[in-house]
Amino acid sequence: MFKYFPHTKQDIELMLKELNISSIDELFAAVPKEVLLDHEYDLPSEMSEMEVRNYLKTLSDKNQELLIFSGLGLYDHYTPSVIDAITSRQEFLTSYTPYQPEVSQGTLQYIFEYQSMIQSLTGLDVSNASMYDGTTAAAEACFMACSISRRNKILISSTMHPSAIQVIKTYLRFKGHEFEMVPAKDGVLDQDALSGMLDKEVAGLIVQNPNFFGLIESYDGLADLLHENKSIFIQHGDISALGVLKTPGENGADIACGDCQSLGMPLSFGGPTIGYLATIKKHVRKMPGRICGYTTDTFGNRAFVLTLQAREQHIRRAKANSNICSNQSLLVLYSTVYLSIMGKQGIKEVNSLSYQNAHYLYDQLLKTKKFFDPFQQPFLKEFTLETTLSHDLIKEALLANGIFGGFSLSGFSDDYENLINFAVTEKRTKAEIDKLLSVLEGLS
Amino acid sequence: MKYDKLIFELSSPGRVGYSLPKPQYPKYSISDLQNHLRTTDAVLPEVSELDCVRHYTNISHKNHGVETGFYPLGSCTMKYNPKINEEIAKTFSFPRLHPYQPVSTIQGALRMYHELQDSLAKISGLSEFTLNSYAGAHGELVGLMIMKQYHHFNKDFMRNKVIIPDSAHGTNPASTTVSGMEVIEIESNDQGMVDLDALKAVLSDEIAGMMLTNPNTLGIFEKDIQEITRLVHEAGGLMYYDGANLNAMLGKVRPGDMGFDIMHINLHKTFSTPHGGGGPGSGPVGVKDFLVKFLPNPTIKKLDDYYYISNEADAIGQISGFFGNYLVELRAYSYILNLGKENLMNVGPYSVLNANYIREKLRKNYELPIQDFCMHEVVFDGLKHNPNEIRTLDVAKRLLDYGMHAPTIYFPLLFHQSIMIEPTETESLQTIDHFIETMNQIAEEAKTDPDTLRNAPLTTPISRTDEVFAAKQMIFTYKDYLEYIERGE
Repeated sequence: MFKYFPHTKQDIELMLKELNISSIDELFAAVPKEVLLDHEYDLPSEMSEMEVRNYLKTLSDKNQELLIFSGLGLYDHYTPSVIDAITSRQEFLTSYTPYQPEVSQGTLQYIFEYQSMIQSLTGLDVSNASMYDGTTAAAEACFMACSISRRNKILISSTMHPSAIQVIKTYLRFKGHEFEMVPAKDGVLDQDALSGMLDKEVAGLIVQNPNFFGLIESYDGLADLLHENKSIFIQHGDISALGVLKTPGENGADIACGDCQSLGMPLSFGGPTIGYLATIKKHVRKMPGRICGYTTDTFGNRAFVLTLQAREQHIRRAKANSNICSNQSLLVLYSTVYLSIMGKQGIKEVNSLSYQNAHYLYDQLLKTKKFFDPFQQPFLKEFTLETTLSHDLIKEALLANGIFGGFSLSGFSDDYENLINFAVTEKRTKAEIDKLLSVLEGLS
Repeated sequence: MKYDKLIFELSSPGRVGYSLPKPQYPKYSISDLQNHLRTTDAVLPEVSELDCVRHYTNISHKNHGVETGFYPLGSCTMKYNPKINEEIAKTFSFPRLHPYQPVSTIQGALRMYHELQDSLAKISGLSEFTLNSYAGAHGELVGLMIMKQYHHFNKDFMRNKVIIPDSAHGTNPASTTVSGMEVIEIESNDQGMVDLDALKAVLSDEIAGMMLTNPNTLGIFEKDIQEITRLVHEAGGLMYYDGANLNAMLGKVRPGDMGFDIMHINLHKTFSTPHGGGGPGSGPVGVKDFLVKFLPNPTIKKLDDYYYISNEADAIGQISGFFGNYLVELRAYSYILNLGKENLMNVGPYSVLNANYIREKLRKNYELPIQDFCMHEVVFDGLKHNPNEIRTLDVAKRLLDYGMHAPTIYFPLLFHQSIMIEPTETESLQTIDHFIETMNQIAEEAKTDPDTLRNAPLTTPISRTDEVFAAKQMIFTYKDYLEYIERGE
């Protein structure tokens, strides 16, 4: 017997008797003999719960938990303890897609609340129920732009995260769309260069704010420029920052997308996180993914359902907007609880504390005269510097002190050879920041 | 009155549910960002911690989970989600690792990824897996990209069509379109299986490959599988295995041995990770040896006992930010270690036994369109003796009243009143007998008390919903909702 299989010998005999067969093998009569497995898998033998725990602890012990002073798309924000308590509830954890609304109102209601919060954070009209992550949300947003404009070319800002750029390129290349990179100037989107690139092929432009370097970009006049060319404006970026920064809506964007990891989600070696995608109501039918809507039941009670499903793969098959179906729902709940517990004030306070911590570190690093700001642009919690020190020296010295930070960007692009990244959230204490500084000050 | 509040309705200006440290560097002010700042605050709740916890606890009671009761949702493999997996995903170092950390500090994380992909390869009879794909549909897309890249790599640019049976999941054709290839749908034969003549008729030098679920969406094993893979390979195409129904095959058949070249696995189905209300799942993609170089970047490689990250030149490119839904992968590996080779052998057989037992005990009252033994799930085509024309929808809704989740309904599309039941191997004979009794009781009610079925469910938090209203009014946010109330329609 094994704990996840309740089949006793007597149970099996009884069931076989009902089926009028003498062994389970007879149920597999349709399987050709040549493909039937005739040996056990080449895998270890079963482990008890204790042994599983010990084995995976051994693997865990080969990792080193570090003090995080870099971001690059994953931010070490604080996780209120409430979140785990709620997201661990079996009613949320072990259920599936809300196909039966009568017994899924818990899920449907938090999706509705999530959509409401994303709507307000982005300043657009409608959010879907989630995407896999920020990079795939960006790729799907580019598809949306091509579909809405019926054009074929996407302009990608060079100041986006290189991983997001790679994912967008992969998706576009396979689907048969084209792309061009818009150059950067002083670490931000070069709007002058962009205006020269707009033509009748351009479906849309995707930008990131704050950008890969952590810098805040300014999009004055950008929406008009794009809309005059009948092109779609996509603004990508970290959702937490939208608690304080000018919204995609205020910037005149048609689509907003990005990752919600910054809502207190653990770094998790990169996943799971969750992508958000929002747009203006006019384009809602071009949106991929699940959407939840308000309705009533037969007694007039407030109720929520998945709606506008005619866009989706299970109805439209090859003609669907996207192949995406359910995804990351538990992270929708995670985001919703985070935004509920932090609320209107907390989201501002998290950004303010991160801003203060990051700016203190920035000032102190410049004072050492070993670090320089090549861009001189405003930033929030993440910034990029040049240094006279060797990147390997920084990495090793910080590592010796249990710190991950000053990440070298040289691996991403030859253009980034001298650049290193820092990010500081509200979690970093003065003692931790000073420790980082003392290590770096000691280097030469 | 059941609990009926939105979190926004508990809100009061100035109330907080969080506590953060005092500012350490008050001389810096975010207001210095001036015109880069949003002009109005986001509309977010202002609630106390208790109100927040109580709200989400209350709405959780409106959900049915695997731990609430039987969840025979066909094609979704709603098996038990072991607690040890949850513990491991939370307690060890894995959640606190940044993927860009120095490789020397993430050796355990890289090794887990490598060992899991290797285990999946052995279970599947393939060479290597990527775990970077986030979900089943994402895995399909990645697998199709690999298929396309392979042909392009061989300068075979004509091959742009993918054969898909009409019984396939909707994601198959949708993923094909997203990969930039064309769908050729072929009709199933009267047994719900691939029609070999229909297949032969579409084979040409434009075929990139074929996608197949086996057992198929009718829960039937495609017994001509060797002939199918031979024909497609002879025509120069590749075979893609949709792993949605892999649970039935565990311990019995490896997709690689059936002739498949590429496949995805849904870790949230076959390997017990929680469905989470619809994600996060994980959709690893495996390939045979000759396709390994096309797997997406980044990849994790092993040299002696050292693990490292590598980006390969011939890869399809990057399809995710990092290494997929890593903590989901970790849960699946915990499950594989726990079961070991001995117990993995029983997953398929027990799930198939459970499904066939249900099939036998319900066929008296429910129409059974396919006469062969089923695999891990059984499909009925509505009620058998049905003078009151009770629909599958009514049967499903009535089941909710009896504390069980409904099966998948109206899929597969080949029948008009499909009821697709997948019990999984983790359900006991008592639970299954209770389900059978209930289904047979509902069949009786269909004759004697049809109105109760038409109005069901009656005991759930809400009754049937008005889906036309939702699609017409398009109220997607609290803002929309307040405007709708204000309009007083």
